[in-house]
Amino acid sequence: MSYYKQPLAVLIFASLVSVLPAHAETPQEILGGFEQQAKAESPDFQGFDVARGELFFNNTHGNDWSCASCHTRNPADPGKHAKTDKPIEPMAPSANAERFTDPKKVAKWFKRNCGDVLDRECTSLEKGDVLTYLLSIK
Amino acid sequence: MFLKSRKSTVAAIGLAVLLASGFAAMQAFADDDEHEGRERGEWSEHGERGEREGGEGMRFNASNPTWQTECSACHMAYPPGLLPASSWREMMNTLGDHFGTDASLDEATVAEILPFLEQNAAPERRVESTPDGKPVLRITETTWFKRQHDEISPAVWKRDAIKSASNCMACHTAADKGDFNEDNIRIAR
Repeated sequence: MSYYKQPLAVLIFASLVSVLPAHAETPQEILGGFEQQAKAESPDFQGFDVARGELFFNNTHGNDWSCASCHTRNPADPGKHAKTDKPIEPMAPSANAERFTDPKKVAKWFKRNCGDVLDRECTSLEKGDVLTYLLSIK
Repeated sequence: MFLKSRKSTVAAIGLAVLLASGFAAMQAFADDDEHEGRERGEWSEHGERGEREGGEGMRFNASNPTWQTECSACHMAYPPGLLPASSWREMMNTLGDHFGTDASLDEATVAEILPFLEQNAAPERRVESTPDGKPVLRITETTWFKRQHDEISPAVWKRDAIKSASNCMACHTAADKGDFNEDNIRIAR
């Protein structure tokens, strides 16, 4: 390639990179984000807890549905939508490597599903507990 | 080794042929589109006049990647041609309570999907409203849907394999591809 064409190549490369999927993260990084928020929300934050996350996941919170209603009580298993029966891929990252790798998707679904299960958004503590529980499943 | 590479060559040729025929099929659809949005035009004719119901025209080709991803997350992505634009606008404005479920989307995603729905919606002369004056949101409550399904008894809708009239795929086996042709209907047992 002749020298004068290089800036063009750089420009093309940069524009290609910019259209790649943004913010691919690991579940651990997403958990780290919840931890930061939880600390900010509550000064006496003591860390996330697997057992608390499991209880939160399986219990109802005033409405008909719990997380487990659609995701089953074993998050390594596939679930199905409680109303439409549409299959849902497993929630546990050990069973489904795509889970908790896209922060936008995580935010969208926590917002929706907490709205259905609790009639409110979840706290960072609740989200972190649930993710810690899901990550504990091998 | 030689055999293996021959096999892979055959596979590659097969794949190429498949791809080419897929492309040809897409071209055919594209041609259909050019004839004044065949999927919508014919559908509305059938719906209005009730002739040759469920025939060749019961095919919805319009697609959009964001619509497909977001609207098929919990249920089949219902084709935009099944409701008028006013219904889709109301639908996309009330996603926080979407038939009792929180299906909220951020503004940017709504701004991507709504124009697609509006552009491919059923003709506005089909506008129907509920008793409180709101646009009909349930496809199953449109007079068109009821007329198309008037031979289906209440007991059939309640079958375990069907559960709900909103479960198109139970009987319209290719509904998720926008295909509602009579040829592809198998009433679920």
